[in-house]
Amino acid sequence: MFKIFGSFVLFLYNMTTRTERFKVLWKRFFEEATLIGVNSIFIVGIVSAFIGAVTCIQIAYNLTNPLIPKSTIGYMVREMTILELAPTITSIVLAGKVGSAIAGGLGTMRITEQISALEVMGINSTSYLVLPRILAAMLMFPLLVILAMALGILGGYIAGTLSGVMAPQDYIEGIRTDFIPYNVVFALIKAVVFAFLVSGISAYKGYYTEGGALEVGAASTAAVTNSIIAILLADYALAAILL
Amino acid sequence: MIEISNLEKSFDGNPVLKGISCTLETGKCNLLLGGSGTGKSVLLSCVVGLMKPDLGSITFDGTVYTNSKVDIRQEIRRKIGMLFQGSALFDSMTVAKNVEFPLQMLTPDMSEEERRDRVEFCLKRVGLENAGNKMPSEISGGMKKRVGIARAIAPNCTYLFCDEPNSGLDPATSIKIDELISEITHEYNITTAIITHDMNSVVGIGDHIIFLHQGKKLWDGNKEEILNAQVPELREFIFSSSLVRAAKRIEQEDGPQGLEHLAAEPLSDL
Repeated sequence: MFKIFGSFVLFLYNMTTRTERFKVLWKRFFEEATLIGVNSIFIVGIVSAFIGAVTCIQIAYNLTNPLIPKSTIGYMVREMTILELAPTITSIVLAGKVGSAIAGGLGTMRITEQISALEVMGINSTSYLVLPRILAAMLMFPLLVILAMALGILGGYIAGTLSGVMAPQDYIEGIRTDFIPYNVVFALIKAVVFAFLVSGISAYKGYYTEGGALEVGAASTAAVTNSIIAILLADYALAAILL
Repeated sequence: MIEISNLEKSFDGNPVLKGISCTLETGKCNLLLGGSGTGKSVLLSCVVGLMKPDLGSITFDGTVYTNSKVDIRQEIRRKIGMLFQGSALFDSMTVAKNVEFPLQMLTPDMSEEERRDRVEFCLKRVGLENAGNKMPSEISGGMKKRVGIARAIAPNCTYLFCDEPNSGLDPATSIKIDELISEITHEYNITTAIITHDMNSVVGIGDHIIFLHQGKKLWDGNKEEILNAQVPELREFIFSSSLVRAAKRIEQEDGPQGLEHLAAEPLSDL
């Protein structure tokens, strides 16, 4: 365990020493940002809108006491979405989509000697291949989380009003009640940390793949599994520290 | 010239290279010959810097590579071109972009036009002037090797390393690739090292041959000398080839004229 952690730290250290020229990294950063961010908008949008909708319906189902105002449903949807569902569920979804792509891509490059080709040319392969991926993830995850927050709350509104469990003005009133801006900051901090964990762990797993096609698949699976566990542990730690 | 001195490398206590000393000569095709598992690939990996030897030294034209500063190692590495066994072309780039890549990374001062001219020149040199826009997945194994060679020579490399350039190719294409490597070596006077266990390459382009067996250098010489070498392990390796055995049999039965007669016959008559 300590050996793996040490190896991971060294991997990150190598990534930041002898970096390639800024122009090269800048170009790579935008390529990766497109792959990680733009290509994930659809799946993040679908997942967050439905989670917001389901959250709204289930809260309404549980709040049967007539003394509790209907606007509480909107309030609870907003709090759950901003604090937990948007950052954590989005990151778990991205761990599956982006994490497996990073591990699979680097693993394939490793077994087909493309990484060795870079090294022989005198190029720092971790700096060229991994650093732009991690930085792009750390930029795109928070943006996707903001999108997930908006779509989650919108999903709750549509589900709540269309199913008739509450009036639109109750929902609007609920989501505007006792808003704490720090919660959004907290969610974005979580997104940045989760982005680092997902991209870093997946890149590490892919970069050190040995063997053939079977091992590339195993590396992708391990990357997703380890990323999700890391997200959940970090989620608890951040909640305990920052809230 | 690359001088390898007393090189040792082991994995988990299992020695793979046992004190190898040899010289890779400039302007020659230096063949690293030997059976599977004799340490050829490990030796090449140590020379190009993909592995660190446990002991010994490697010197590139008088500059010590092993245990030297990162800057010196980087400078030497940027003079190295390598053709990998599986070509190792970047899947996401076209053939032309693959050849341009080392120029973009290693020669930032080069203008875009100069780079384009150099890519065109290199692709033409390997006979692929019309394949620049194709993706690596769209070309044959032999063409991939040619692209690999073009990519290796693009930044004017001083040292060219080839890891089994003939693997997976038919005999005719293998000979063409061998000839191309040999021509480039002599034309640009570079130091070329080729890992092979193909006897066609040995007798075709073996200017300098180093025979490895169980992690040790047992013999070195050239293609004229190798058939008369008296090292039992080398003789066993050479004469395990069916073609060489057949040629030897004809020579024994019909004398040297038998082989000359055989070589003069059209292939279709054989």
